[in-house]
Amino acid sequence: MLAFTVCLVFPAVAQDKPYFVTYSHDLEEPGNLEIETKSALARPERGHHFGALATELEYGARAWWTTELYLDGQATADDSAVYTGFRWENRFRPLLHEYPVNPVLYVEFENITGADKNILEVVGHDAESDLVVPNAVSRSEHKHEGELKLILSSNIHDWNVSENFIAEKNLGHAPWEFGYALGIARPLRSLSSGRECIFCAEKFIAGIEGYGGLGDTWALTLHDTSHYLAPVMGWELSAHMRLSFSPGFGVTGTSVDQIYRVGLAYEFKDMDKMFRSRRGEVR
Amino acid sequence: MKPVFASWDGVTSHWESVPSRDHARQNPLGGKPEAVAGGSLLYRNHCQQCHGADARGDGQKKPSLHTESVRSATDGDLEWFLRQGDLRHGMPSWSSLPQGQRWQIIAYLRSLP
Repeated sequence: MLAFTVCLVFPAVAQDKPYFVTYSHDLEEPGNLEIETKSALARPERGHHFGALATELEYGARAWWTTELYLDGQATADDSAVYTGFRWENRFRPLLHEYPVNPVLYVEFENITGADKNILEVVGHDAESDLVVPNAVSRSEHKHEGELKLILSSNIHDWNVSENFIAEKNLGHAPWEFGYALGIARPLRSLSSGRECIFCAEKFIAGIEGYGGLGDTWALTLHDTSHYLAPVMGWELSAHMRLSFSPGFGVTGTSVDQIYRVGLAYEFKDMDKMFRSRRGEVR
Repeated sequence: MKPVFASWDGVTSHWESVPSRDHARQNPLGGKPEAVAGGSLLYRNHCQQCHGADARGDGQKKPSLHTESVRSATDGDLEWFLRQGDLRHGMPSWSSLPQGQRWQIIAYLRSLP
């Protein structure tokens, strides 16, 4: 019986949601490695255009545990291009069955500088003004931060609805900062046509996400917080490759007016075979 | 409810875990050629790596779907299992696939000789 329970894995990227900030309860399939680049393009008021790039290595350690490494950098017009640090995150599904609402626990360690502009989450009183500091100044600020998220996610018929509650703490000083992300998405067509195609509706997932800060333990208020609304679109180019796009719009005075995001993901199957120490190991 | 079963193997009693409402469900796409064609493509993209192109596994780690357990399951049992997965033993939940696509996969599995 044990032999039949090993490597019971379906590989594909088709199920992934095109969210850039919100997490659903989808985890990486065990043994698979997904490499994704996420870029953010924006121009803050009284600042220069910038492009930030996060390269994400996501590995399915178990069906209930996904671990990820982010390498971050950015380039700012009339300034410089800098590497801004790394993030290591882990997501765990504590409940092994499917429920109407599925919780996932998220734990992250960040070692980044103040020059990071990826905006992979918004917490506390994060504001547009943080993005106009010259790189030479902002990169001297080193942040060692811990971040916790409670991810709640539901698949209702063809829809995914996800809610994230974020708590982030600079490990050296500063208060706990809080934030949220909400997302809803569904494929444009529910059934497979049965033919290989690239532009057909079943290859696209559309939705919208919203995210923002909720203040911190020193000032638990929405005053001077940033909030965004962002339509999202995902396009499954092949069984292994996915392209995502999202224009985001700031909805408060402290938000960046517009953020454009592009993501490109490629999934490598069965990477665990390179690391498996013995045959028949149960994952 | 009893513990969820481990796999699609030969133990038929594990379908007792399926709620009666799900157990009784019938595939709304069952027997439709276009559903089988769609299910075939979905199977190739999502399932083939671990169950093999002919769904017979490899006799060792890759589980066959040509088992008495699968044959004896109702469409509702299979849809429930695809939705639930078996994370403890490496089978992801496919609740994130549209429900229609899960039915298409089941229609394809039923069409296998």
